[in-house]
Amino acid sequence: MASEQQLSTIKGSKVLMVGAGGIGCELLKTLALSGFQDIHIIDMDTIEVSNLNRQFLFRQSHVGQSKAKVARDAILKFRPGISITPYHANVKDPDFSVDFFKQFNVVLNGLDNLDARRHVNRLCLAAGVPLVESGTTGFLGQVTVHVKGRTECYECQPKPAPKTYPVCTITNTPSKFVHCIVWAKDLLFAKLFGDKNQEHDLNVHSKDGSSSSKQTKDVFEREKEENIEQYGKRIYDHVFGYNIELALSNEETWRNRNKPRPIYVRDVFSSELASQNGNLHKCLNGDPPSLSATASLGLKNPQDLWSLKENSKVFLEALKLFFSKREEEIGNLSFDKDDQLAVEFVTAAANIRASSFGIPLHSLFEAKGIAGNIVHAVATTNAIIAGLIVIEAIKVLQHDVKNYRMTYCLEHPSRKMLLMPVELSEPNKSCYVCSETPLDLEINTHRSKLRDVVDKIVKTKLGMNLPLIMHGSALLYEVGDDLEEDEVANYAANLEKVLSKLPASVTSGTILTVEDLQQELKCSINIKHREEFDEEKESDGMILSGWTPPRSAEKNGNTTVDNEVSTSSASKAVPLVAEDDDDLQIIPTITGKKRKLSKVSNETKNKRKAAELHSKNDVVMLDDDNSDMSKKKREQ
Amino acid sequence: MDGEELTEHETALYDRQIRVWGADAQRRLSKSHVLISGLKGTVIEFCKNIVLAGVGSVTLIDDRVVTEDLLAANFLIPHDENVYAGKSLAELCCDSLKDFNPMVRVSVQKGDLSSFSVDFFEKFDVVVVSSCSLSTKKLVNEECRKASKRIAFYTHFHSDFVAEALIRLVQFGVFRINEKHKNGDLRFLKR
Repeated sequence: MASEQQLSTIKGSKVLMVGAGGIGCELLKTLALSGFQDIHIIDMDTIEVSNLNRQFLFRQSHVGQSKAKVARDAILKFRPGISITPYHANVKDPDFSVDFFKQFNVVLNGLDNLDARRHVNRLCLAAGVPLVESGTTGFLGQVTVHVKGRTECYECQPKPAPKTYPVCTITNTPSKFVHCIVWAKDLLFAKLFGDKNQEHDLNVHSKDGSSSSKQTKDVFEREKEENIEQYGKRIYDHVFGYNIELALSNEETWRNRNKPRPIYVRDVFSSELASQNGNLHKCLNGDPPSLSATASLGLKNPQDLWSLKENSKVFLEALKLFFSKREEEIGNLSFDKDDQLAVEFVTAAANIRASSFGIPLHSLFEAKGIAGNIVHAVATTNAIIAGLIVIEAIKVLQHDVKNYRMTYCLEHPSRKMLLMPVELSEPNKSCYVCSETPLDLEINTHRSKLRDVVDKIVKTKLGMNLPLIMHGSALLYEVGDDLEEDEVANYAANLEKVLSKLPASVTSGTILTVEDLQQELKCSINIKHREEFDEEKESDGMILSGWTPPRSAEKNGNTTVDNEVSTSSASKAVPLVAEDDDDLQIIPTITGKKRKLSKVSNETKNKRKAAELHSKNDVVMLDDDNSDMSKKKREQ
Repeated sequence: MDGEELTEHETALYDRQIRVWGADAQRRLSKSHVLISGLKGTVIEFCKNIVLAGVGSVTLIDDRVVTEDLLAANFLIPHDENVYAGKSLAELCCDSLKDFNPMVRVSVQKGDLSSFSVDFFEKFDVVVVSSCSLSTKKLVNEECRKASKRIAFYTHFHSDFVAEALIRLVQFGVFRINEKHKNGDLRFLKR
């Protein structure tokens, strides 16, 4: 158990938790049980039903309330004496300044998105406070430590941006179900129910360049007094029938691809059309009309695969329900995974499109997961990770630098280990976040506007929240509450100018300084003019470079899944536990004494050999257990 | 839990974990019965996790009364003497766990673990035993093996630096997990 000294260090420390969700609940519990007495916790979310399978501090009756506050109350029930300060707020809020962060001995992250993690990373660097990072997905998890100057920061190894797809794949040539989902969600749903002015066009352009929308007024607009069901069928025929026929006329596209088939309402329903209307109107047994197409159609099981006909029924019924019962929302709706009707519509639309292109259909349950970017999660992984976070936090509080570890929680044991600790690397000398390295930006300075740089580079790639852009001493752009009206107007005007025409003209060779005062991050960007960019591969029209991943990243082969858990292939993450190599990554402190690397490696070697002698049956047992699970996943 | 299909509420509640282990596994969980004896430390964690997972029923055995020591690593018991006075550990944990997931039937079984026979243990699919002597554990183990169906038997022991979990799955024989606290790594060793 903890020594006297550890206990008193714990008692006297002040800890900040960011996130009171899956990891947060387990972490708060573990911190409280471990003797921590002063905990602050930030979370902007409210409690939802789907949280309750693992965020055990919350109850059904708490749905809708602040996670941070309810978590605090729950903990105080079994540890009444400790101090927990909840903040129902966004950690990116300027109130959580560098000074705010400075008051803590350690910061513990339990976040679920890249953006917030980068933000906290920068604030911790600026404040000089150690950060313990973590993440989980299903049975996988990891914990790591970031200490300024001693270890890599969170951004030393570049994290890949969320997956995006080329526009033409979505609009013309889908080959995977996810392409159909993106089409249904970001194009069709948005067009029908969201803001009608959107960038990408649902309408297919025929070979001769004339778009199907040019002929008449907007095809998607419902005409005055147009019967809702007629409208629904018209839209159906347009997107699944007519548009496909138009696409087929572009022979080139289909030379090496399977051709889609157009689908019309009349093909799917044939003679049933007339009687269909009657059924669709009925509510079952006088139940109050739930706003759900599947409910009124009796499609109860979300795991079922619907036929093309059933999908079509759902499509038409959902559309009808939106227009008849939720008319006031139309024009303002954006897709929300917790909006049952929206999920049903998107599932149906995606499935019909998939059917057309010969792509396998998916159940409502599966489609919802894809469309909503749902992360699968269980309580146990979070509990394990929380335990590991506290172990690292205690090391940090004691400045036990040599023992800081990144620990992976694996689904299947690798070399007999389910929890795998790895030594931490030193800071990446070319990390622009913690080492002030300049970056290079290739861009067409005569075509690209300042706005493009701000949106695509400064905010997105560099993750700055409230940026400031300077060319030498000239302020080209800034954001802030305290700006004068004419300044705001000036910056707004600058955004619309191409780089070369800015007041302090930006051309090849210019060095821009980009800063975020809140994150205390400053960065230099060397501009290089380039005329042309590949429309498909370099669709942004600009390339940012100069940020070299450190050597170890290539060795580890780290990849990040959508929810930001870095899952390295376990065997690569522990490359040097292998028998012959003395240059160890892992140093298990078996007896707690410090040893020379080579000596330890021999000992570990022997222990592993001993373990491996008995390993066969064990491995088989575990694999047997787990293969069922992985099969399950594949079936999903 | 009636019927083969998961109810709408279950689907909503268990959505995230169904995406991990599948609807079929969830259904089977909801039909399983777990016996847990020795409510302290790691076993409390297990209680939480198994209840959240949505098993059919959990039966708790622990007639001990609350002490400072037992309160220390137990987040299921409120620090309120008005609440915990006069009740056994099992009763207190039972009240708490019911709250965690109202769909799980949580109950208390009084009595000494070593006094039960296979007729009792047969009701369960999983038996977890802790905070008792090795001989009691062996006894329970033997009774479980007599059952006509498969019962998964787990024991757990924890002291300052070593935690041991012994898992017996009828089909596969015995193996032991040895956890080294300082390393933070969890490795399997066969006995």
